[in-house]
Amino acid sequence: MAPKKTRTGPRNPDLVPGIKKFSRSKMYHKRGLWAIKAKHGGKFPTHDAKPAPQPDVAAPEKAPKFYPADDVKKTRAKPKKNNPTKLRASITPGTVLILLAGRFMGKRVVFLNQLPSGLLLVTGPFKVNGVPIKRVNQAYVIATSTKVDISSVDVSKFDDKYFTKEKTKKAKKTEGEFFKSDEEKKSVLPQYKKDDQKAVDTALLKAIEAVPDLKTYLSARFSLRDGMKPHQLVF
Amino acid sequence: MTFKRFVEIGRVALVNYGKEYGRLVVIVDVVDQNRALIDAPDMVRCQINFKRLSLTDIKIDIPRIPKKKTLIAAMEEADVKNKWEKSSWGRKLIVQQRRASLNDFDRFKVMLARIKRGGVIRQELARLKKENAA
Repeated sequence: MAPKKTRTGPRNPDLVPGIKKFSRSKMYHKRGLWAIKAKHGGKFPTHDAKPAPQPDVAAPEKAPKFYPADDVKKTRAKPKKNNPTKLRASITPGTVLILLAGRFMGKRVVFLNQLPSGLLLVTGPFKVNGVPIKRVNQAYVIATSTKVDISSVDVSKFDDKYFTKEKTKKAKKTEGEFFKSDEEKKSVLPQYKKDDQKAVDTALLKAIEAVPDLKTYLSARFSLRDGMKPHQLVF
Repeated sequence: MTFKRFVEIGRVALVNYGKEYGRLVVIVDVVDQNRALIDAPDMVRCQINFKRLSLTDIKIDIPRIPKKKTLIAAMEEADVKNKWEKSSWGRKLIVQQRRASLNDFDRFKVMLARIKRGGVIRQELARLKKENAA
């Protein structure tokens, strides 16, 4: 038997904008109103009309104190909601992602969590491929179907504030200091960041080493080779 | 240069174009010079142009336009599925499909395996060369 087709479009499509395909009588038949009427003994089933609300006798309508001269539109308060970017269905905690831009282009990286700003929190792990805990935009990422078990990793302490640059106070330069070459203020990575990296990575590494070849996979970079067609590749 | 695969009732063919691309079907009737009626166990019987078919070596014994039950029974009897999967054409197709469905990690593992295999072959070759030289 031919399979039953589920309804795809409107029952009465537009032939030309403004002109429908079927007449009123045809539509009456198509909607099955004749069948509904037959089911209910010749009459179309109706709801009883709701009784009109009785006017309150105790409080008579008072005349308003103020009549505005012009018609003023009533504005409705619309609370603005800022949601983080919608996460692609293929990206779940523990997914291996391929970074497509930036210093770590081509690196395969583990996805940890989406931050409230919408950016993705990822880590190399650092020992495996040199990618630290960093934020990455979803648009610059290919999600593979490989997942790492991330249940033992705690990522609750990372948020967008963790990653903002620290403000360095600029002291006013005197004339003498102006001509001195700016001493290179090397930004040293604070120890707490190194500790955080270690904490996340040790838990992750155990999960990664449980899967054969996964560690070498993460330490290798992705590149397109001859014959690889990205639109036909399964990631 | 004689023809070996004919369009006949019961000829198993592969659809090579269109919505049913890649499906193994059986020719159950000929409509006219250009079209045939085809059928498969999990498909609604339909007509198709011969140009969209690639004939295979397999032929089954069926009457003209058999009922689905008869068709399935005849295909089981002739063991079409196994014959196809054992044939070199069928095996190639299976490999193609497997390669196309590999994910990025799988492709990486395949690369490691090929390098390993190449290494073993080269070692063996070097050993044989040494033996021959000696």
